[in-house]
Amino acid sequence: MATAPIVPDRHPPATRGWYKRNEIALTPWLFLAPAMLFFAVYVIVPIGQSFWISFHEWDGLGEKTWVGMANYDRLLGIGEQNIDRKFEVSFWNNLRWLILYLLAIPLGLFIALFLNQTVTGIRLYKSLFFFPFVISQVVVGLVFSWFYLPREGLLNAILGLVGAGPINVLGDPDMATYGIIAAGLWPQTAYCMILYLTGLNSVDPEQVEAARLDGAKGWRMLCYVILPQLKPATFIAFVVTIIGALRSFDLISVMTNGGPFGSTRVLSFYMFEESLSEFGFRMGYGAAIAVVLFFIMLFFIAYFLWSMYRDERGAR
Amino acid sequence: MFPTPIAKRSRTAQIGYQAFLPVALIVWLLPLIAVALFSIKPDADFTNGNYWGWPSSFEGFTNYGRVFFESNMPRYLLNSLLITIPTMVGAVALSAMAGFALGIYKFRGNLLLFFIFIAGNFVPFQILMVPVRDLTISLGMYDTIIGLVLFHVAFQTGFCTLFMRNFIRALPYSLVEAARVEGVAEWRIFLYVILPLMKPALAALAVLIFTFIWNDYFWAVVLTQGPGAQPVTAGITEFNSQFRAAYHLMSAGSIVAALPPVVMFFLMQKHFIAGLTLGAVK
Repeated sequence: MATAPIVPDRHPPATRGWYKRNEIALTPWLFLAPAMLFFAVYVIVPIGQSFWISFHEWDGLGEKTWVGMANYDRLLGIGEQNIDRKFEVSFWNNLRWLILYLLAIPLGLFIALFLNQTVTGIRLYKSLFFFPFVISQVVVGLVFSWFYLPREGLLNAILGLVGAGPINVLGDPDMATYGIIAAGLWPQTAYCMILYLTGLNSVDPEQVEAARLDGAKGWRMLCYVILPQLKPATFIAFVVTIIGALRSFDLISVMTNGGPFGSTRVLSFYMFEESLSEFGFRMGYGAAIAVVLFFIMLFFIAYFLWSMYRDERGAR
Repeated sequence: MFPTPIAKRSRTAQIGYQAFLPVALIVWLLPLIAVALFSIKPDADFTNGNYWGWPSSFEGFTNYGRVFFESNMPRYLLNSLLITIPTMVGAVALSAMAGFALGIYKFRGNLLLFFIFIAGNFVPFQILMVPVRDLTISLGMYDTIIGLVLFHVAFQTGFCTLFMRNFIRALPYSLVEAARVEGVAEWRIFLYVILPLMKPALAALAVLIFTFIWNDYFWAVVLTQGPGAQPVTAGITEFNSQFRAAYHLMSAGSIVAALPPVVMFFLMQKHFIAGLTLGAVK
């Protein structure tokens, strides 16, 4: 940057190096190389390998035996066998997670609207409302499983005050999944809240004032003036909530380990159980479950990428 | 501003709001407050069934002392740090470079590569699990810190590249053009023009990655076992089986395990939130 010749150099070097001549074309690839290498080795190639493994029977150590579609047939109950019961339970639980987890978005919006004020100490309140998100899911799981404890838990202490009988949330196959989802909603709501707080911060005040002059307020103001401006925040909240719901593993592993009677399994947990648990290393079958989960996720990934692609098109 | 600022409401509404805030906060954090209360109670309170009453004596120091001196907790905490910090550095470095390439240069396949990085970031962990575990074993890195770090760096690069690329895209392109006119080499443009402007993004990503990796549980279970290399999220299970049903100690242990990212968050709040809410504002 120091000295730039003002007069063009009349004696340019006869041969600039090959690198110098192609600098602009080569540089991006040199800069990309390490990231691409890591990403290919640890993310892209393993996806392909998982597909490959899912057509085999494999204990993770010995030789792989080619079984074709047998793993999928057993999983989905194609042919004369029944659908894998554990898979069925996991799949429906995944659906419960997906739907109920989305509650984090309206809940987060509600808390954000509640906290979007300027009173003394509000910044601290916002941080304290947010910080469940920072805690690891393992600890959230532990905290909630103690909260639900039938004898020592705070939940039953509170229920006792209003005269409701003690309930064993995590011990009841009909309730356990919902109990875990509630625990997951806690940090997820905090995340959505912070997205909306940031979004609300940048809502155009002139539009709000103009709408106010036109007599819009409360619910109508929210629906017709505020929410459209919060669309980017809603999109991100949607993306992270869907991904979070399908990734649910830590909470289940910590809180119930799939029980009681396997009622809280989801696909990600079932896959782990099949491939790496004390019941044996059935990597091929596990990989087949992972592939199914991958396709469910792919449906959403395609939608997210499509939305981003549209924005990208609009931008330049 | 929406909703209507409370300052424009009646005096009663203002007082009501101010009074309701702490109540709402306590309800929101109730499960956590319960654990904090447990962690300072003496053993005797649990045998006597005094779960929710006032602690019969303050045993905070004893309980936390036992966490640090009578268990593997310090070892797990150290492992977590040894995993988290190199991952943070590695992922930020790789993605700063990749983000520079994708954000500044126009070349065939730019957008495609960018989208592969994003898509990879959304993939379920389970589809990577068997091959990555296999690879780590065959590299002789199973149950080592380096094995975990390498994977985390690779996986986090997806998210970080998305972040960096968008950040660099928003910088004025004329800076690069001006530098080129001056004949500055491309790698120098990265080092001396772009990198200094990326400080906020680097800080935001560093805190985010710290939290994500510190809190990782799945990969810790898949790629490590035992106190040799396991981070605190996985170690807490062993800790809890050591102190089975000793709720005061288990609570203290969980709080210790959860604390570092919380501290990080409160120290670097601005960057943390800037990182998390990237894209939430247009």
